[in-house]
Amino acid sequence: MDITGKKLFVKALQEENVDTLFAYPGGYVTDILDELYKTDAIRIVLPRHEQALVHEAEGYARATGKPGVCLVTSGPGATNTITAITDAHYDSIPLVVVTGQVSQSLIGNDAFQEVDIVGMTRGVVKYGVTVRDRKALGRILKMAFYIATSGKPGPVLIDFPKDVQLASGSPEYPSEVHIRGYKPNESVHVGQLKKAYKLLRTAKHPIILAGGGVHLSGAEEQLRQFAETMHIPVVTTIMGKGVLAEDHPLYVGNSGMHGRFAANTAVSECDVLFSIGTRFNDRITGDLNEFAPHAKIIHVDIDTASISRNVVVDVPVVSDAKLALEKLLEWAEPMKTRRWRDQIHLWNEEHPLGMRRDSGMTPEMIMQGINEVFPTGIFVTDVGQHQMWATQYITASPEKQMVTSGGLGTMGFGFPAAIGAKIGAPDKDVVCISGDGGMQMNMQELATAVCEGVGLTVCILNNQYLGMVRQFQQLFYGKRYIDTCLRHRKDCPANCKGPSEGCPPYVPDFVKIAESYGAKGIRVEREEDIIPALKEAKRHTDAPCLIEFMIATEEIVLPMVKGGNPMSEMLLK
Amino acid sequence: MGKIKNRWIALYVENEVGVLAKVSGLFSAKSYNLQSLTVGTTEHEDISRMTICVSSDDITFEQIKKQLNTMVEVIKVMDLTDVPIHMKEILFAKIKDITPEEQTKVFHIIEVFAASGGHIRAIDIGEKDMILESALTERRNNELAALLRKTFKRIDIVRGGAVAIEAISTSCR
Repeated sequence: MDITGKKLFVKALQEENVDTLFAYPGGYVTDILDELYKTDAIRIVLPRHEQALVHEAEGYARATGKPGVCLVTSGPGATNTITAITDAHYDSIPLVVVTGQVSQSLIGNDAFQEVDIVGMTRGVVKYGVTVRDRKALGRILKMAFYIATSGKPGPVLIDFPKDVQLASGSPEYPSEVHIRGYKPNESVHVGQLKKAYKLLRTAKHPIILAGGGVHLSGAEEQLRQFAETMHIPVVTTIMGKGVLAEDHPLYVGNSGMHGRFAANTAVSECDVLFSIGTRFNDRITGDLNEFAPHAKIIHVDIDTASISRNVVVDVPVVSDAKLALEKLLEWAEPMKTRRWRDQIHLWNEEHPLGMRRDSGMTPEMIMQGINEVFPTGIFVTDVGQHQMWATQYITASPEKQMVTSGGLGTMGFGFPAAIGAKIGAPDKDVVCISGDGGMQMNMQELATAVCEGVGLTVCILNNQYLGMVRQFQQLFYGKRYIDTCLRHRKDCPANCKGPSEGCPPYVPDFVKIAESYGAKGIRVEREEDIIPALKEAKRHTDAPCLIEFMIATEEIVLPMVKGGNPMSEMLLK
Repeated sequence: MGKIKNRWIALYVENEVGVLAKVSGLFSAKSYNLQSLTVGTTEHEDISRMTICVSSDDITFEQIKKQLNTMVEVIKVMDLTDVPIHMKEILFAKIKDITPEEQTKVFHIIEVFAASGGHIRAIDIGEKDMILESALTERRNNELAALLRKTFKRIDIVRGGAVAIEAISTSCR
C-alpha cells in the first residue's frame, strides 16, 4: 500500500535507529511533525533557535558517534542553520539536516519563507539535494544517512518540499544504496603504507602528529599501541587532544598557535613527522615555509583532497586512521628514541604550561578545579580564550572527551553542543566551558536545557571582554580596545586603554539569567570557592547549573604564535 | 610547483539540477582560474560530460581534480592535459558593414584557415554583413578571432568553449 512522503520520512528515521530529533516547527514541517506525533520511538527536542538546534545535533553526534538529525522549516528556519552546518562541515561531524520547503509549484516565486537553501549551502555540505520526486525520497534519505556517516563524515542537507511530503508513493525504504560517484575509502594501500613505515624507521627524531580523524575513526587504542611499541612521542592538534591520555609519558601536548612550547619545538625540530587525521590547518602550521623545516612528512588521511593541499608531503597515504594503524601495528618494532624524548622533556621543563598566579583566580585554577571534580565526562568548549585555556589545561584522555569548534571557530557553539552531548550521553558528566561573549550568542538554550531536564555544568569564564580579540589588541594594537569591551557604553571615553574603577556595571548578571530560566546560578570570585561551586553544580542532575567565574580582565593566552609566523617563534610571556 | 599553464579535464557528472552550479561554484569558492567549461549530455541520458579548461600550476591542478572527485555528483574525473585527444570549439563571427572587397577578404581568410585542416565556412550572407562558422581548435580560433578583430571594424564573436574526446589513432588539439 502506498504511503505519504512524510510517513516514509518517519519510517526512515526509525529504520536508521534515530532516537532523538532536534526539531523546530514552522509552516512547511508541520505535516511531518504531525506524523511524528503518532510515534513514541523518537524523542523530539525543541531548541530555541535553529543555529543552536544544529549545534545541539553536533554535540549529540560527537557524544554518540551517531549522526545528529535535524528538522527545521523553510526560509529563516533553514538559513539559521547555515553557520552550524558549516561548523559541522569543517569538523567532519555527521549530520542529516532536513529543511521544509514550499511546494514545488511555488519554488522560484519568492514565495513566503521560500529560499534556495540547497544553493546557499552548496559549499558547506558533504551533499545537498532537493527532493523533487516522491519516487526518489526513499533513496535520497538512505543516501543522506550513508553519506553523512561514511568516509570522512559531514553534514548532508535534504530540502523537502511540501507537495512531496504529502504525495503518495512506495512504502519501501532501501536497506542499502549504491552511489556511482561516491566511493568512500574503505581499504589501505599497503605499498604506500610500507613506504611510510620505512621512512619512519629512518628517523632519529620522529613525532606523531594526531588530529581529530583519530577520534573520528575510533583509533585511540591503536594509536597508543603504535606510539608505545615504536617509542614515538605524540603531539596533537586541538581536535586530536585526548587520543592519548594527558599523563601518558609519550604525550607532549597540543601544537599550534597556542600549543605547548615543547610540542611546537618538537614539530619544528623533528626529522620525520608522522601525521594522521589532520589537514594541516594554518593554526597548526603557522608560516608554511618554516613548518617542520627539517622533516620528511608522512600524511595519513581519509580525504584525498586533504593531502598535499596545505603542506607538501613526502609520503601520502589515503586511509582511515584505524585501518592504517592496525596495519602498521603488524610491523611496528621499537625505535631508539630515548635521547630525543629526553630532549622533549627538557624543552617542557624549560617552558612548561602555567599561568602567573599573582592576579587572583586564574583560568588555570578553574581548569584544575574542573579536572579534580570531573575526572571523566565530556568537556565542551565555546570559542575564544577560554577554549584555548581548556585545550591547554583540561586533562583529556580517551575516556575524557573534549568537544570544541576547531575548524570554523564558531562562537555560540559550546553551550548548545554541550546540551546535545548530554542528551546523547545522559550517563556522563558534561561540562560546558564558555566565555561571557560566546555564552550570550546562544544563551536562550538555557530554556531547552531546563525543559529537557539536561543536568550539565556550565562554566563561564567572565573577563567582561571578547577576550581573544582583546588579547590581539593588547599585544599587537597598542591596547586600542575597540568593539571588544562588553561593558562599553556610548558615553565611555573614546581612547579607553583598559578597565578602571569607574567602568559601568557589566551586563548581564548571569546568575540572575540562570535563575530566570529555572536553572541554578553561582558566582565565583575567589580561588577557594572554585571546588565547592563545581561540586555543587555536579549535584544538579536534572537541570543545568551555571557558574560565572569572574577572572582578571586582561588575562592572556600563552604561549602564542602570531598568525603567519613560524611555529618556532612563540610568545612565552 | 610546475608552471602555470592551461590544463584540461573531462568530467562525467550526474545529469541533475544544480550540478553545474556546484562544479562551477568550486572554482569561484577556491579561487581556481577557470578558462572554459562546456557541458552536454552523453550516450546515457542521466550522465553529462563536461570539458573544463583551467589555468594553474601542478599542485593546484592536483587539488582541483581531488576536489572534483570528492563531489558525490561527480562520477569520473579524467585528466586530458597530456593525452591524445580531438578537441574542437565552435565559433561564430558576424562581420558587419563590409564592402564587397572586404567580403572577398573574408573568403580568403576562410580559405587559408581551411587549408590547415578543420571546419570553417561562411554560413550566412547579406548585402553588407556575413556570418562565418568555425569549428577549429581553441588555439586556431584564438588566431582567427585576433585576425578578424584586426582586419574589420565591426564584428560580433560568439564562442562555445572547447569540447574534447579521447583519440584513437590520430589526435588534434
